[in-house]
Amino acid sequence: MSARGRSFAAGLLGVGLALGVLPLVGLPAFYESFLYLVFSWIALATSWAILSGYAGYFSFGHGAFFGAGMYTTATLTTALEVPFLATLPAAGGVAALLGAAIGAVVFRVKRLRGELFGLLTLAVTFVLATIVLNTRIDGGPGVYLSAVPLPRLVSSPTGTLYLLALGLAVGTVGMAWAVAHSRLGLGLFAIHDDEDVAEVEGVPTLAYKLVAFTVSAGVAGVAGGIHAMYVSYVTVGETFSITVPLYVVLMSVLGGARHWLGPAVGATIITASLYAFTGGQQAVLGRAVVAFVLIVVMLLLPEGVVPAILRRWRAWRPQRDAAAAAESLAAHGTAANAVAGTSAIGDRHVVGMGNTIDDGHPRAGTTPALECNDVWKAFGGIQALRGVSLTVAPGEIVGLVGPNGSGKTTLINVVSGHYAADRGRIALGAVTLTGRPAHEISSLGIGRTYQIPRPFAHFTAWENVALAATFGAARCSPQAARAEARAWLEFTGLGRRAAAMPHELNLHERKFLELARALAARPRVILLDEVLSGLNPGEVAGAIRLIRAIRERDVAILFVEHLMRAVLELSDRVVVLNEGEVIAEGSPHECVRAARVVEVYLGKAHVA
Amino acid sequence: MPSLTLLGQAVVSGLLAGGLYGLLALGLSLSWGLLRLVNLAHFALALLGAYLTYQLGVAFHLSPWLAAVIIVPVFFLLGVGLHAVFAYFRVTEFTSLLVTFGVTVIIESVIQWFWTADFRRYETPYATASTRVGPLFVPTLDLLACLTAAALALATWAWLRFSYVGKALRASAEDPAIAAAFGVNHRAQAFLLSGVSAAYAGIAGAFIALISTLAPSQIWAWVGVVFAVVIIGGLANPIGALLAGLLIGVSESVTMVVVTPAWAPLVSFSVLILLLIARPGRV
Repeated sequence: MSARGRSFAAGLLGVGLALGVLPLVGLPAFYESFLYLVFSWIALATSWAILSGYAGYFSFGHGAFFGAGMYTTATLTTALEVPFLATLPAAGGVAALLGAAIGAVVFRVKRLRGELFGLLTLAVTFVLATIVLNTRIDGGPGVYLSAVPLPRLVSSPTGTLYLLALGLAVGTVGMAWAVAHSRLGLGLFAIHDDEDVAEVEGVPTLAYKLVAFTVSAGVAGVAGGIHAMYVSYVTVGETFSITVPLYVVLMSVLGGARHWLGPAVGATIITASLYAFTGGQQAVLGRAVVAFVLIVVMLLLPEGVVPAILRRWRAWRPQRDAAAAAESLAAHGTAANAVAGTSAIGDRHVVGMGNTIDDGHPRAGTTPALECNDVWKAFGGIQALRGVSLTVAPGEIVGLVGPNGSGKTTLINVVSGHYAADRGRIALGAVTLTGRPAHEISSLGIGRTYQIPRPFAHFTAWENVALAATFGAARCSPQAARAEARAWLEFTGLGRRAAAMPHELNLHERKFLELARALAARPRVILLDEVLSGLNPGEVAGAIRLIRAIRERDVAILFVEHLMRAVLELSDRVVVLNEGEVIAEGSPHECVRAARVVEVYLGKAHVA
Repeated sequence: MPSLTLLGQAVVSGLLAGGLYGLLALGLSLSWGLLRLVNLAHFALALLGAYLTYQLGVAFHLSPWLAAVIIVPVFFLLGVGLHAVFAYFRVTEFTSLLVTFGVTVIIESVIQWFWTADFRRYETPYATASTRVGPLFVPTLDLLACLTAAALALATWAWLRFSYVGKALRASAEDPAIAAAFGVNHRAQAFLLSGVSAAYAGIAGAFIALISTLAPSQIWAWVGVVFAVVIIGGLANPIGALLAGLLIGVSESVTMVVVTPAWAPLVSFSVLILLLIARPGRV
């Protein structure tokens, strides 16, 4: 565990223990009951945010998982007389299973958007409520748990429930922290910003969403199990009401759904302010006040309270912070140099990128790195690729040219796994790529850039590149990934911009960030989609030098480009596409003179 | 299996109830589809409209039709005001849902403050009036609500389809920047649409006051079903919202007769889930 992890765990445990002794020293039952509700909502809101806050899939189905847990405990304790504590794992398990099942169906829906996911999960809640209401699980009158014995952890029953909820809340916050600082969390944050790119960078998006949804549902189930005992009378109307799904959303968004502590802070604020107004007309007024505060906060601090406070805090102490950042950069810089010295980025590649060492350049004739064989792809009635075959050898630069709409970008999308080919075979060395999901293709060693740069908007330039190093073929640990990313930022000349957010970068920098990100994954084949378009002549010259330096690493390069000067200068071979077919292939100069190519670009020559 | 007459009566009541679903869905569908704002407060506005109709009738002996004449322009202004807040803070689709949730809770509190949480029933002479068609009874008020829903849906469809404003709104929903480049004043039209949508909530409210028993918590009773109707009908599709409302209404009331009343929600939400999974492009 990292030093930060140890100090976090110690702090969390300290808070947990301090709150845990309260029932022993005789906290009045009223406060126990109030704090129980706070802890319960913290567990619910924090668990919700693990999928919905981190990955941005807002679920309105948390009530379904909470209710599943409640009814599991209610049924087991009353109908089967299972001891209460033993039902809690079952409550969590049933809810987790439900989450996994819903996720397995819903996440396969193509083009699943946020609102769609929210509505689907809400609809599932209503369906579940109807089923519970009309079957023997409830049947209508509700379930009484008042006769169920409650084990005595401390002298009072409320004290016992208090401790259970506290334990769950502390455990959930600890888990939220751990996820946020893990590979899983990194992947979820990337899914939030751009799911397609995350997948292409090697994040197993489906598996990650499913894991997050299952965990999130499981915690809600346990919270429901405990709550069944707290209310001691379970009804469908109360359990599956709109309250739980809406409150967890409000609490998390108020506190800051992308931050591990945000939902806990939001839950505390909302529960406390609702509790402050109890009874009669005052409660009505209280609800209105809470709602008004919510509106104001949402309008003024849409990112949430915790991130907003952290931002102010950093702005308040700019000097200390800047010094720390510089120190950290220096430290990472050293680490990067160390990596560069020993690993494959070694001197020959980074330091000696100006050298023209020509040893071991496999040219045509060696085993191809990338091989496309008779690849077909149609979109509805439009045949985008008609049997494209091409190869790229290690260390070879192949230019892919053709008029607009000729299928160049489609080919890149099919090779990188974004679209599945209808027919044909694509292979990387001896490994078949066709039929694999994009993240697997990425980790096998295919990297790509996007014509219009698509950086993760909430990641710094450095984090963007580090993500690729974590999930791509490089498979670095998060620490190693930062060092690796640093080296690739230096390689592409973005070293000084490491801490910048993507929106602060200009087009040229964003294009190079795309390149750094693709390279950090350590691909064996890199697909460049118009990296030069929109750059000025000086920037183009820099980019051309960079692409040559990449080739020195025996990476196979397939680059799509309209800029003929760059194509002629860089390519070992050129493949010309038109209407989804290869119409010419050969040396750059041969190709641009071929009659068929001229005709495609300029039209048929008519003899006057 | 129930008798044919009972089944026929279920279809008739379903159609009439569905008209009200369609009427409620209409305003929601417009603002969601054309302004990309999910206005949860639409339900609260409708119920507020119902309570105002009730109050004007009980306290001032104003007929519901006159009450509607007062409520509609007031609600139009409320809608414009709500949109002014959204426009000023550049509210996104998702934030709009949370903000309007807050608005809904405030309106619910206001209703509870003035009218308490007790059930209220607006007794009018029309409440029990009905027409007899063969063996079937058609309650006059429900029929009127359904016809109003149909008329408004048709009018709105024609407005969006043929008028300049309608075309401009649809263009802006597709691509605000390009529409603006061609001279579309999206802001002014958004205010108009938001006002119209709130006015529809007011009209729906007048019918709710006449047809059903009022309680503040009723706001939430509509949310699930009407959202299902909006999505099944297709966003910003007035005729679709009406037809989806009728479909859900009939399927619910037939389920009530054939199975038991308690299973009714399962139908609409199962239809919604299947539709979302099979045709995700609708939202």
